[in-house]
Amino acid sequence: MLQRLKSMFIKEFIQALRNPRMRLILFLPPLIQLIIFGYAANTDIRNISLAIYDLDNTPESREMIEHFASSSYFRISHRAANPREIRRWMDEGKISAALQINDGFARESRQRQGTSVQIIVDGTDSNTASVVMTYAQRIVAEYSRRILVERIRTLPNIPDEMKKPFFTRGGIEVQSRAFFNPNLESRNFYVPGIMAFLIMLVTLILTTMAIVREREIGTMEQLIVSPIRPVELILGKTIPFALIGYIDVLLVTGVGVFWFEVPIRGSLALLLAATTIYLLSTLGIGLFISTISRTQQQAMMTMFFFFIPAILLSGFVFPIANMPEVVQYLSYADPLRYFLVIIRGIFLKGNGFDILWPQMLALAVLGATVFTFSSLRFRKRLE
Amino acid sequence: MKLVRLKAIALKEFLHIARDPRSLALAVSIPVLLLLLFGYALTLDVDRIPTVVHDLDRTPRSRDLADHFLGSKYFQLQAVARNYSHLQELLDSGQALMGLVIPANFSRDLELNREATIQVLMDGTDANTATIALGYASAITLLYSQGLLAEKMNRLGVGKISPPIEPRIRIWFNPDLESKNFIVPGLIAVIMAILAAILTSGTISREWERGTMEQLISTPIRNEELILGKLIPYFVIGMIDLSLSVAMGKFLFAVTLRGNGLLLFSLASLFLLGAICQGVVVSIITKNQLLSSQISIILSYLPTFILSGFIYPISNMPQVIQSITYVVPGRYFVAILKGIYSKGIGMEILWIEALLLAIYAAAMTFWAYRRFKKRID
Repeated sequence: MLQRLKSMFIKEFIQALRNPRMRLILFLPPLIQLIIFGYAANTDIRNISLAIYDLDNTPESREMIEHFASSSYFRISHRAANPREIRRWMDEGKISAALQINDGFARESRQRQGTSVQIIVDGTDSNTASVVMTYAQRIVAEYSRRILVERIRTLPNIPDEMKKPFFTRGGIEVQSRAFFNPNLESRNFYVPGIMAFLIMLVTLILTTMAIVREREIGTMEQLIVSPIRPVELILGKTIPFALIGYIDVLLVTGVGVFWFEVPIRGSLALLLAATTIYLLSTLGIGLFISTISRTQQQAMMTMFFFFIPAILLSGFVFPIANMPEVVQYLSYADPLRYFLVIIRGIFLKGNGFDILWPQMLALAVLGATVFTFSSLRFRKRLE
Repeated sequence: MKLVRLKAIALKEFLHIARDPRSLALAVSIPVLLLLLFGYALTLDVDRIPTVVHDLDRTPRSRDLADHFLGSKYFQLQAVARNYSHLQELLDSGQALMGLVIPANFSRDLELNREATIQVLMDGTDANTATIALGYASAITLLYSQGLLAEKMNRLGVGKISPPIEPRIRIWFNPDLESKNFIVPGLIAVIMAILAAILTSGTISREWERGTMEQLISTPIRNEELILGKLIPYFVIGMIDLSLSVAMGKFLFAVTLRGNGLLLFSLASLFLLGAICQGVVVSIITKNQLLSSQISIILSYLPTFILSGFIYPISNMPQVIQSITYVVPGRYFVAILKGIYSKGIGMEILWIEALLLAIYAAAMTFWAYRRFKKRID
């Protein structure tokens, strides 16, 4: 058995690595994807281009503008002479927000009923827009508070002791601390996720395509007439790809830790153990897709049909807690969901087996079921 | 170029597709699946954050503050912590994302006009969610303490002072800030890119792998006829998918299409042509289905998803990555889709993007034509 298995492994490795382009494609794309995600997938919003339309033109209005300019969020890129210009720049996408200060701003701000400033936000991208809105509100509120404090300071007949809470931030101070990712860098969130995503992509494609290819070209018949047993065929078609998956994990971890400086706080051994369990389900799904596909084109499309929801529902980018209840239940069938919790737990939180065991158990049960079911189906197809 | 031969090739390719009903069904259901998922299930909006409260003060005042947090739609009570290590355990295991700690002297500090402090502990793993949640937490606290101040001012007999400056915010193009209004148009670009890649990556390499390329070579068919004949069926499928996506966006998700629908379709067909030819080029170069599918995915799906400005704003990316996005055709297509859908703008503004897409389509078609050689190496 070992002899046959060995020749099967050698054959698969030769097939996978014979083509120099193929060698490259097994290891280069994971790195490219990691680097692109690491740098580009950034939901932190900075440098919002802002147009200014100042009709008041007083020291007060300029101070208001200065507050926007000196914040790290906005960058004043245009100064409008009329409202049509704002409209045009917004249409062309040159600005994402505009600040309009009307005539009489300085005068009204000294009066009791107060004044207002106009903030126009490009709502095309609703996510960015709501963040921009919050920033703008915060800056205006901050400036407004200063004026108010100044006014209270000069109020007669009130003991200084009573005025004190107004000079602090309104009375209650929020001390916030972010655990596990103190600088709130999205990179630390995405890089471990990418690893989970890549292992699935690589092992799934390789397993599925390797089997369907034999069927499409007609070499499957040759394998069947050889003395190889079905179990050996299954192992021979999965273990080499699992190994390639491992190499990708190490490669990506290396780049993540040394290049992107993502902290790895937990145990590397636990990570590799969890990867093994995770591979059971990805290889099982690969086997399953291969049993229902006749051509590589079919296999590709079926794989995508599975792969896209698996990624989107796993919590990789979109938080599971925000999904509708029904869809949340659906995500329990997604092996990536569990593995993401494990991998992020190990990397960022330094979680150990004591906390991660429910996820590992769920993953093991899921993986064993899928793998057994697919292997049985695969065997039946062979006979 | 003879029309008869072109027709024969196109017919042959159509037959290939028709004989494989499952691939065809998948080509149609992948866009439907994506739209349904993004339309119904996926949102980056942050609400119902599972929160654990640790109240050491235990006064009406501290309970009132906690109620202000939990009464908003942003925070949801997950547990009341028995002690600090219980709180930490809940955050560690991911059962709660936020911890609200109210220290023992909270209400006394407020009574004595001293600054009171509360602690907000956040699971920062997901930086995006954490940033937004922290923003909510400070906004709620600010509102709450403003209420307290107003109360105090009343007691002092000063009366109500309205804030000197009030921001008036107007949102253009998408006044209700609905994410589907930017997700659906952007998603159309992703769908087109994925389908073009997976449909065409096998088209030439399959013939090489199965050995039918030799047969094709021995026929009098010419290069341009073969390439064009292979393009037509996939182009048709791509346009069907496009119409399906636009129709779903309109009727199922009620996404407003402000601009010209005809312009949308004609510019989309440019992108589609470019993307299909790109897949064909990869297929010609690799002569191997596994390889060409891998390369096609890397070249199409990933840039269109990440580097096009679909979800991640390009202006946030580092300068180097920003320069890379200029060669991603998806970037121009996403700009066109968003412009036509949400802003209702036309060629007077979008002509640059349209021109670049036309160059992309022409270059890819030419490349596919030049690269394909009817001979056995």
